[in-house]
Amino acid sequence: MRTTPLYRLRQWIEKSIPIIILTIYALISLFPIVMILFNSFKAKKAIFGTPFALPTSETFSLIGYETVLDRATFHIYFLNSGIVTFVALVLTLFVGAMAAFALAEYDFPGNAMVALYLSIGIMIPIRLGTVGILRLMVSLKLVNTLTGLILIYVAQALPMTIFILSQFMRQVPKDLKDAARIDGASEYRIFGMVLPLVRPALGAIGIFTMIPIWNDLWFPLIVAPSAKTATVTLGVQQFLGQWVSDWNAVLSSLTMAMIPILLLYIIFSQQMIRSITAGALK
Amino acid sequence: MRISKRRFPFPVHILVFLAPAVLLYSLFMVIPLVNSLRLSFFEINNQNQVSFAGLQNYVKLFTDSNFAPSFWRALRNNFVFFAVHMLVQNPIGLLLAALLAAGGRIRNFFRTIIFMPTVLSVVIIGFIWQLILNPLWGVAESMLEAVGLGAWFGPWLGKPETALVTVALISVWQFVGIPMILFYAALIGIPEELTEAARVDGATGWEIFWHVKFPLILPTVGIVSVLTFVGNFNAFDLIYTMKGANAGPDFSTDIMGTLFYRTFFGQQLQLGNPTMGATVAAMMFLIILTGVLLYMFLWARRVQSYEL
Repeated sequence: MRTTPLYRLRQWIEKSIPIIILTIYALISLFPIVMILFNSFKAKKAIFGTPFALPTSETFSLIGYETVLDRATFHIYFLNSGIVTFVALVLTLFVGAMAAFALAEYDFPGNAMVALYLSIGIMIPIRLGTVGILRLMVSLKLVNTLTGLILIYVAQALPMTIFILSQFMRQVPKDLKDAARIDGASEYRIFGMVLPLVRPALGAIGIFTMIPIWNDLWFPLIVAPSAKTATVTLGVQQFLGQWVSDWNAVLSSLTMAMIPILLLYIIFSQQMIRSITAGALK
Repeated sequence: MRISKRRFPFPVHILVFLAPAVLLYSLFMVIPLVNSLRLSFFEINNQNQVSFAGLQNYVKLFTDSNFAPSFWRALRNNFVFFAVHMLVQNPIGLLLAALLAAGGRIRNFFRTIIFMPTVLSVVIIGFIWQLILNPLWGVAESMLEAVGLGAWFGPWLGKPETALVTVALISVWQFVGIPMILFYAALIGIPEELTEAARVDGATGWEIFWHVKFPLILPTVGIVSVLTFVGNFNAFDLIYTMKGANAGPDFSTDIMGTLFYRTFFGQQLQLGNPTMGATVAAMMFLIILTGVLLYMFLWARRVQSYEL
């Protein structure tokens, strides 16, 4: 075996090129976010003077956060986003699991038709029905209410939820359910029994349902733009529009809007990515 | 022979399980969508009277001097927006996925970092990049100077020639994680025996990738393309955040989503028009539907046969 230093050097270079490319791309992904985070804790002079430096004891300042907390009603936006996301999520998972169970468990006439009907919404974005949705919301008096937003988001998330959950529910062993049936359990009890068994899928779908709801700008802008019902995404968008020239306030409000999702992502990222890779393998 | 008739109780439970989902989905998605499409065949006059107009709204959208120029411009811009994603986002996604697929702790760490922008709101991303590219702050300029490309820098977002591609590249930066993770999932699913056989035959890594792995992940290439298409022709948030409803400068970043918003809600000089808005939405629907059907009947069918 020839293991000259030159050969080893070549091997080392070949091995490290992928890592170098990935490092560069990871920096490209990270640096804009990090720039905003760092600079939101600096005084205005330092934001412009030394944008690439970490905040030091001399340049540290919370003035931006003070302005934001003073001027904007961020706590209301966070509360609205929290309520909308949470209620829509719970409803989607529960209602979606029931439908997925029916489609996976029972062989009734029209099963395939119902499944097809429900899956149209996977590919056709709900936004295209906005004109109709707004008219419906007006007639139901749901304009500028969180209820209106929640109902739209549930309808938006159901097709994908049902599609994925019914695949998981088909994998629950039949013996288990049949044994319960022989013991005289009702179909509702059996549903209650199956639900915990697909918990990992519920978790993954939950995260993927939540993110687009939390981040959505379109429906809050159109259906619930009032100050009382604005979500974080809409609130930040409007706040930033008014305060463009106050860099401290802009950087701080961006940071505040990012933190919850970033934390959530850091906690759940492994699970999230694993669930996509596992789902795509099927 | 007679088949014995056994009376099954009516399956009420199936109805109970299905009804809430079907009702919510129908009431808040399907019916409004159908109503929107229907509205595109009607006209509403100043007295708020609705009358059937046939295809008149479509003729107006394609030929009327008030609507046609902006419609064709938005459509063209949207195809440019889509082309940038297909040519930049998806190849980079594939490259990153191929590099990540080797596995290991450090690569998993990179995977997490590169996917991160994808989970943030488009509004936040839009503002972040507006600040980074702002000549007043000069961050982008000093970074380019550091690598000797300072002369390249310009007010890219402010110039009609460069604004659309710049916005599209920002969207690419944010969403590259999606093709990356889908390609990654497909690549790690390839059985090792296949690549091992090629390696024994003396194939290089490059050859193995293009002749063995790539044909096997063709179904994913199709899925990524159709997802990109649907997402791009439905895009709105980024342009609205960065350039406003008027998609400036000089409408150079106007795509179907912003055109729909402006037509439906109006802008400074023009009143909103629900029926014309519905017509724009119907065109978006037709474009997206065409893309999805092409994928389903041309790509997905042909590629199925290659699957293991």
